[in-house]
Amino acid sequence: MENFNYHRPATTTAAVAMMKKGKDAKYMGGGHTLLPTMKQGLAAPSDIIDLTAIKNFAGIKVSKSMVSIKAGTTHMEVCTSKDIQKAIPALAEMAGKIGGVHVRHKGTIGGSIANADPAADYPSACLGLGATIETNKRKIEADKFFTGMFETALKSGEIITAVHFPIPKKSAHQKFPNPASRYALTGVFMSQDAKGKVRVGVTGAAPYAFRATDMEAALSKDFSAKAIASVKVSAKGLLSDMHATSAYRAHLISVLAGRAVGLAK
Amino acid sequence: MADTKTGIGASVRRKEDLRFITGKGNYTDDINLKHQTYAYFLRSPHAHATIKSINSGKAMKMPGVVAIYVGEDLVNDKIGGLICGWGITSKNGEGMKAGPHPVLAVGKVRYVGDHVAMIVAETREQAYAAAGAVVVSYGVLPHVVDAAKAMTSKVQIHEAASDNRVFNWGLGNEESTAAAFKNAAHVTKLDIINNRVAPNAMEPRAAIGSYDTGSDIHTLYTTSQNPHLARLVISAFNGLTAEHKLRVIAPDVGGGFGSKIFIYAEEVACAWASKKIGGRPVKWTADRSEAFLSDAHGRDHVTKAELAVDANGKITGLRVHTIAAMGAYLSTFASAVPTYLYGTLLSGQYNIPNVYAEVDAVYTNTAPVDAYRGAGRPEATFVVERLVETAARELKIDPAEFRRQNFITSFPHQTPVIMCYDTGDYAAALDKALEMSDYKNFASRRAASAKNGKLRGVGFSAYIEACGIAPSAAVGSLGAGVGLWESAEVRVNPIGTVEVLTGSHSHGQGHETTFAQQVSDRLGIDIDSVSIVHGDTDKVQMGMGTYGSRSGAVGQHAISKALDKIEAKAKRVAAAVMEAAVADVEFKNGTFTVKGTDKKLTFGEVALNAYTGHKFNTSEIEIGLKETAFHDPANFVFPAGVHICEVEVDMDTGHTTIADYTAVDDFGNLINPMIVEGQVQGGVAQGIGQALLEGVVYDDESGQLLTGSYMDYNMPRAGNMPHIGNFRLGFTCTPCPTNPLGMKGCGEAGAIAAPPAVINAITDAIGVREISMPATPLTVWSAMQPLKMAAE
Amino acid sequence: MSIVKMKLNGKVVSGEVEARHLLVEFIREHQGLTGTHVGCDTSQCGTCVVHINGKAIKSCTVLAVACEGSDVTTVEGLARGSDLHVMQAAFKEHHGLQCGFCTPGMIMSAIDIVKRNGKNVSEDVIRRELSGNICRCTGYHNIVKAVQAGAAAM
Repeated sequence: MENFNYHRPATTTAAVAMMKKGKDAKYMGGGHTLLPTMKQGLAAPSDIIDLTAIKNFAGIKVSKSMVSIKAGTTHMEVCTSKDIQKAIPALAEMAGKIGGVHVRHKGTIGGSIANADPAADYPSACLGLGATIETNKRKIEADKFFTGMFETALKSGEIITAVHFPIPKKSAHQKFPNPASRYALTGVFMSQDAKGKVRVGVTGAAPYAFRATDMEAALSKDFSAKAIASVKVSAKGLLSDMHATSAYRAHLISVLAGRAVGLAK
Repeated sequence: MADTKTGIGASVRRKEDLRFITGKGNYTDDINLKHQTYAYFLRSPHAHATIKSINSGKAMKMPGVVAIYVGEDLVNDKIGGLICGWGITSKNGEGMKAGPHPVLAVGKVRYVGDHVAMIVAETREQAYAAAGAVVVSYGVLPHVVDAAKAMTSKVQIHEAASDNRVFNWGLGNEESTAAAFKNAAHVTKLDIINNRVAPNAMEPRAAIGSYDTGSDIHTLYTTSQNPHLARLVISAFNGLTAEHKLRVIAPDVGGGFGSKIFIYAEEVACAWASKKIGGRPVKWTADRSEAFLSDAHGRDHVTKAELAVDANGKITGLRVHTIAAMGAYLSTFASAVPTYLYGTLLSGQYNIPNVYAEVDAVYTNTAPVDAYRGAGRPEATFVVERLVETAARELKIDPAEFRRQNFITSFPHQTPVIMCYDTGDYAAALDKALEMSDYKNFASRRAASAKNGKLRGVGFSAYIEACGIAPSAAVGSLGAGVGLWESAEVRVNPIGTVEVLTGSHSHGQGHETTFAQQVSDRLGIDIDSVSIVHGDTDKVQMGMGTYGSRSGAVGQHAISKALDKIEAKAKRVAAAVMEAAVADVEFKNGTFTVKGTDKKLTFGEVALNAYTGHKFNTSEIEIGLKETAFHDPANFVFPAGVHICEVEVDMDTGHTTIADYTAVDDFGNLINPMIVEGQVQGGVAQGIGQALLEGVVYDDESGQLLTGSYMDYNMPRAGNMPHIGNFRLGFTCTPCPTNPLGMKGCGEAGAIAAPPAVINAITDAIGVREISMPATPLTVWSAMQPLKMAAE
Repeated sequence: MSIVKMKLNGKVVSGEVEARHLLVEFIREHQGLTGTHVGCDTSQCGTCVVHINGKAIKSCTVLAVACEGSDVTTVEGLARGSDLHVMQAAFKEHHGLQCGFCTPGMIMSAIDIVKRNGKNVSEDVIRRELSGNICRCTGYHNIVKAVQAGAAAM
């Protein structure tokens, strides 16, 4: 891979300043997307700004109504957090299905969300739980965050600092992995809040994560697998490749959502 | 038996393991030579194109660049192209239509990944960076990547083959087979695709060429299963230098599976370039992406297959027409795979009086295809076992019983397709497999699965393979360019320890242990007193290498022969020392005794005497105890067995899991059951991989390799294999009559047997006739859709 | 170029690296410890797994410069003299290796699995948590057995 300048700032302010200075600088969390991309010659940033040494950049806080995860928190920390397992078990489970063990030791929630890979797992949880993404500048609702394939509402230089997940009454996560890469071929994250309102976040199936709103409507009325059996998921606009056609992905959304309903807790 | 804990038949823990578990293995990329340079190969981004020009002027000025070479540079230096060592004659008597295979492309590139230029630089990064500055002007040509379309395509890949057909080969009796089909009570027909797979030894290929200007000797370190063959080919055909001036070292090699048999462009180029740059070593290590592009792939057959059955349920004929992809060039043994390793096994374990195979081998704009674990025999087994299973279902006969009633039961058995099976007991393996898999209670397991929303199916595979490759005169008459014997040298040291130098390279098979067991057992010495040396042409006299499950049947047979000579010589020494007649000396459990006396000498004492020469007439008995042997096998060996697979298919997603797997194999006598079991487990994993997960995909439109990394090429992981308690291995034994150890070879069986067992189970589970490999969730789900619609 | 300093198998080492140099390059090429391997270029095969501060990490996906001050253990750092780590011994005892190329990464991952899941780690967990380590030789059967045995002994 091409060489670059390496920076390891201790504060977000310093990180932002470095980003401004760099010709084509990139932030790096665990590096488990950026470095493989660079190794393949698909990215060649002038500067890498390693965020992992920023003070207070990682940590988990669980209140009565909210799970707050700082951006530098690893997937392993999330999946093994007793507090998260208790508050939103599906979120811990989901984090435990990201990549392999080694990826979970390094990969961070902030990195995953900022990268917005169409097959990443976190975006479905953000949408399925109605999370708020906090940056060094502002708070962004998850619904407005994912804007395209590898595209987000983040502005140049903006750094995610934390993600806040409201604690639902029930939630569930179902993932059908790509048999080769083990990314989500399709993943569904579902939650039901105290008022019975249901959110269904879907990843892997489309160019970017989205909410299955027809299902949400049906499930908000009747939280049962039967309620969504008649909701037809359109294959239009879904991804199609050698691992899964758009029709198959559409079908998987129904199957996984149906299973999630039964497993929600 | 000398020591039941370390002798033949004992599961001795491996002698080679210590270095691997402590990180002290010595693989090619672990070797760094003084003043070495690094090579990078610029590869074709096009499937088919003319090279109009290559301008490396700017690249030569890049930092650290030592040299840049293109195809013409090798041609001007009289370096010949890569060869295919097996000539196949077409039905019409014409020879094989082999196009040129230059080390680096000359004038034309023929697949994505073809070698265009070699950049040598001070560092790997510099070589890579300079490659980006080499300007190549291509004239893009239309391409064809699909074997089925190659013969009718307007694309012409090589001038020598106008319809891209390398040969049209036939085996068996076409007329009698046609008659059998005409008279058949039932005919089963299948269209079969045997999917292309990438070998994926975990160690990527690597090479270091090092030329010594003082001695004019080339040394090549390379990831090879057969260093002597590499030396022969690079010397005699590529013309790098004379054999005695080329040393090839294959140190620890991290898996081969066939892919490291062949002589590749990169190793020839590195060996050659070191001399060109004045003797500095030139090192190249493939990354995985390069491996996917340029390692020889396996399989890739498109077949129309038919089975004729008479009114009594007896198979009377089998006929196939196969189109076999060769890729863009003929790799070292490519032509032998879909012919003599395929057509000759189409009788399977069955008494089939009429078999006819016709094979069209075709060029495609893809990486070359050559031997991959099993090589031809998995393709044959897949055809036979899919046909037999399907016929049994159509005839509503239990698949196990249909097989049984068609098994060959008397030996030797001459098939209509060359092979003469020496021995076997196919019903014994079937019975054992039925018992171990609890076949009789399958229905209740199927019902239990159904309760969990899973469709359960069972599939059989009764495979046979011809291993112990191969009798030299026989393969010579069939077109082989080399003999397929093996050699061994046994050196006894004065204190009675032993070194065995063998041509059978070990790259995972555990030869350092099993061969030592054989020697320890035979000479009655401690296994730690035996060391096995392989992988260096300067040490080992000669060798043909490791492939085709031949190291036991051929390699160890050569060692047996050398040990016979050692024993004979040692007896002469012992007789002289003990003042007895040679005929009266007996050797047992490591001790020489004289019949009717209490005189005795240990093996070590005799060895010492052989080297001191104090107690015999050295003009009558030569000093020393060292013998060599070459062994050419009398026949192939024929491992066979029955594998039974049970799968569970998720009705909603099409996801298939291997619920249960039973393998019963007849490998003759086993030297080390632990290692044999490991070979079966690994082979079955590769077979399951081919059936469920793996497939090389080239894009028809662009000719690009779509499965160029582990992101898209699905390698078996621990979670894809059956649970420990659901993977049973059993053995039956009919000792092989043509080698003294009675063994048959076990390295390929799993990869041969598993694919049809898995596919037969899936088709049984979901109730379809055919399904293509790999049976991915998408494929299985898609196959179930018409059934669901029909049900609704 | 910059100097990176870290603890490697208990000893403090340092070396001059470019920013782009990966930890695995530092280990293999600067430090000459060739037990850590490279089997792919997409961070999937796991032949490069080492421990960084006690956690199993793919050393092909970590910059050497980012390991400044870290405590790194490779397969060469497991045995104490001629006393093998119990996981190493288990791989030998249960024939959990054939060609040996994936083995160092497997052993490093296995130790991490046991550290987090305990002595009685289940077969399912072992299989799931080995998803980032690819072996082409063994079919994983004996690897899983070895990890179970190693776990019991740890």
